[in-house]
Amino acid sequence: MNSVALPADSAGGEGSRHVHSHAPGHGAGGPASKRIVVGYGFWIYLISDIIMFSALFAAYAVLAPATAGGPSARQIFDPDSVAIETACLLASSFACGMASIAVSQRSMKWTQISLLISGLLGFVFLLFELHEFHGLVARGFGPTRSAFLSAFFTLVGCHGLHITAGLLWLGTMMAQFYAKGFRRDIQYRYLCFSLFWHALDIIWVAIFSLVYLVGMNL
Amino acid sequence: MFGKLTWQAIPFDQPIPLVTSAVLIVVLTGLLLWVVVKGYVPYLWKEWITSVDHKRIGIMYCLLALVMLLRGFSDALMMRSQQALAFNAPGYLPPEHYDQIFSAHGTIMIFFVAMPFVVGLMNFAVPLQLGVRDVAFPTLNSVSFWLTAAGALLVNVSLVVGEFARTGWLPFPPLSELTYSPGVGVDYYAWSLEISGIGTLMAGINMVTTILKMRAPGMTYSRMPVFCWTSLASNLLIVAAFPILTASLAMLLLDRYVGFHFFTNEAGGNPMMFMNLIWAWGHPEVYILVLPAFGVFSEVISTFSSKPLFGYRSMVIATMAICLLSFLVWLHHFFTMGPGGDVNGFFGIMSMIIAIPTGVKLFNWLFTMYGGRVRYTAPMMWAIGFMVTFALGGMTGVLLAVPPADFVLHNSLFLVAHFHNVIIGGVLFGAFAGYSYWFPKAFGFSLDERLGKAAFWCWFVGFYVAFMPLYVLGLLGMTRRMQHYTQPEWYPWVLVAGVGALIILTGIILQVVQLTVSIRTRARRRELTGDPWDGRTLEWATSSPPPAYNFAVLANVDSEEPYWGMKLRARENLQLSAEPRYEAIEVPRNSPTGFITAFFAVLTGFSLIWHIWWLVVLGLIGAYATFVVLAWRDIVETTIPAEEVAREDRANRAARLEALRAAGRAEPRRAQEALA
Amino acid sequence: MSVGGDLAPGYESEEGEGREGIREGVRSYSLGLALAIALTLASFWVARTHIIYGPGIPVALVALAVAQMGIHLVFFLHITTAPDNTNNVLALAFGVLIVFVLVFGTVWVMAHMNHNMMPMQDMMRM
Repeated sequence: MNSVALPADSAGGEGSRHVHSHAPGHGAGGPASKRIVVGYGFWIYLISDIIMFSALFAAYAVLAPATAGGPSARQIFDPDSVAIETACLLASSFACGMASIAVSQRSMKWTQISLLISGLLGFVFLLFELHEFHGLVARGFGPTRSAFLSAFFTLVGCHGLHITAGLLWLGTMMAQFYAKGFRRDIQYRYLCFSLFWHALDIIWVAIFSLVYLVGMNL
Repeated sequence: MFGKLTWQAIPFDQPIPLVTSAVLIVVLTGLLLWVVVKGYVPYLWKEWITSVDHKRIGIMYCLLALVMLLRGFSDALMMRSQQALAFNAPGYLPPEHYDQIFSAHGTIMIFFVAMPFVVGLMNFAVPLQLGVRDVAFPTLNSVSFWLTAAGALLVNVSLVVGEFARTGWLPFPPLSELTYSPGVGVDYYAWSLEISGIGTLMAGINMVTTILKMRAPGMTYSRMPVFCWTSLASNLLIVAAFPILTASLAMLLLDRYVGFHFFTNEAGGNPMMFMNLIWAWGHPEVYILVLPAFGVFSEVISTFSSKPLFGYRSMVIATMAICLLSFLVWLHHFFTMGPGGDVNGFFGIMSMIIAIPTGVKLFNWLFTMYGGRVRYTAPMMWAIGFMVTFALGGMTGVLLAVPPADFVLHNSLFLVAHFHNVIIGGVLFGAFAGYSYWFPKAFGFSLDERLGKAAFWCWFVGFYVAFMPLYVLGLLGMTRRMQHYTQPEWYPWVLVAGVGALIILTGIILQVVQLTVSIRTRARRRELTGDPWDGRTLEWATSSPPPAYNFAVLANVDSEEPYWGMKLRARENLQLSAEPRYEAIEVPRNSPTGFITAFFAVLTGFSLIWHIWWLVVLGLIGAYATFVVLAWRDIVETTIPAEEVAREDRANRAARLEALRAAGRAEPRRAQEALA
Repeated sequence: MSVGGDLAPGYESEEGEGREGIREGVRSYSLGLALAIALTLASFWVARTHIIYGPGIPVALVALAVAQMGIHLVFFLHITTAPDNTNNVLALAFGVLIVFVLVFGTVWVMAHMNHNMMPMQDMMRM
């Protein structure tokens, strides 16, 4: 995007040089590089996604006492299952971090291996979550039983849907790296994916702490 | 096989929608056939439908808004005429139908007129004002537009196939739950808004990234035009608020489709929570609409007062204050639902405080005009009309912000008058000002001034005649959305309001005439320099219409009002700055992704509404496939050779030089005086 | 790369080249992982035992959760307070503010409304 600027004043002869400040954030160096633009744009998307989750959190907070004669949080949450799910996602995030290093080192082998591990761990998380949901529904404690259960299933289920979408994306990334190598735009997409994946783990921290652990204690 | 869809869905037994649908289908089919027969399809496909150019997309957004204005205003005319006829009489619209009309009126006006108009103007002007070549994510921009259009299409399909919601423009439960709205109306509404909401959210992300990360060299935050500041604030609000709308409508849809209990009357659901969440979106939404309008006025008033905007810093601070405060007032939409004195008191006070930064802006505009050489062009008329009208509407807003007063006036016509006062006087007047202001830049020829001013006067007078009676009616106790009434005191005011609607209709007709006449006579309205209004910001530094790449070389910004500085130097020396060194420019390739995504969105939305599950699955697969195909693209840009860039820029420079010399010959002293 | 400008979120610096890059990267992620594991264990411990005064447990869990989110942000997402990260931090701060306003606003408003609009039969039962 580098181009010759119009001279700032015709009387000055050669024209003035760039007067901009290099101070970061002032953005006076001209349009930022594609990597920064893509990364920042995705970061803003993540902020919006977090706000959407917070609307679901707010609904859950309001509806948690509305058990309508059905079970309350304490009666249905299984701490062991939650512990395993948490371990899976945390490990998956770590594997994703390793994949980021592999990408920056242009190592196809380690990229694919780390991504595969990350994906498998995410998949195990999903299996445990589906198992939990299925168990609840089978006992008649599905989302249509009470407002509390509706809110619980929606909040946790929405996170699960994001994980599912993330796994699809992960698979696509593995395929793209394999087919096109470490081309710049593929790297930018991978940057976005890793931001997404880590953010989902952050949301899980909120879920396991505020929904499961707090719920089991009240 | 077709879910709930049967032939009963077509309103054979209701003459008005039936005839309207028939007419619409005939007109649209005729239009499509004409386009195909005349051979315009390749041109339209290549230059507009698959375009990822922010200018083209902005124009399409505005076109969508103007077309939907006609639909939304027809609903308004029907409402006014029904009320004029329904004093001690049934009128001509049965309640089930009238309810759909006022619901459609509000939904269309907010989501498919005001939002696209404002987003379209921001799309067109912001990259030009920032001095860059396009927004951060051009293909995503196209997807955003087409998803908005998809939502608009779905709402209009409900006219022909099925029905619309009867809940008002916000679907409050329990009325909007399956028990009390078993038909497809609320589903049409909800899916249409979920789809266009995704488009809007992506547009917000796009614009925030553009404004914060892509500006011409040297353009620090304090050198950004005020329109870009208000666009930043508005798009930050989009990013923050639209996820709440998405979540709230999703919860309602889960209640309706799968039997969840978020807002139901039984099993612990809480209908009040819907109001809380939806207004937490709804209040920022109106600031999303009005902030860009404020920005337009800042540009228009400064340009046509021939003065820099007064109080740039206070304008920016006021804008960001409004952005922040708009998130702290939402409860004033439901004071009467029972939050109690403490909560009402807090939100009432915050709602009054938010009027202060707006007042600051108003005074800054007035001080900009004071001492300037004011030119009363059509855009300036809209600006002045706005200042008067919006001040009034804002004052009634502060009045309503007082909870005890609101207890009397909530959901009366006083409220209806207030929000139309600020939305028409603020958002719509701003949209029309922006439309007339930037039209010459977009198309290379100007709109007819006389017709433009006539249209303004009809809108201005018509607005007061239509809505001042509504303030009176509200104080006389008339509730909103009444299909019939028996109070004799109300009747004369309702009639006056109906007359006002007809005056506004005249204004709209004049605008349509203005556009057609201007296009027909465009040969003699051409403006070759690219700067018809003697503008001050960078969009006027390039040709009209701008080339695909906007600027031959990116400007080096060293002050506020960079273009004005360039012009003053040119006038002083009676010559342009030296010709730049031209280089080849890369522009993003066109892409059908947006259009195809929207196609699958409409398919998926329609099949969700009618419970055609296999089609839902197909639609989703199609959407995912489109995404993968796009992601697999290898070549994403085309190069415009330096010679072509040089040729286009030299033509514009020649026109500017000619105009400069002509002005210098005509008033040789003026150039010196202008600098004094 | 960073033309005297900002960092993209998710990047800690110029791409780590060579073996030092790998070591640095692995160390950073491992430290983050270790801290996150510690905080997770602490959360479960607080929740399952009575080491903390009962009514204080939710507060402790919130604090631990916030801390762990911070660890994730710093070690996995590389969001720091360095000057080239300003835009990223500001965006995050904006998001956090909206989240707080929405969640606490909703809880506050709905608590009042539920109390004031309680159905008559529930009122009798109180």
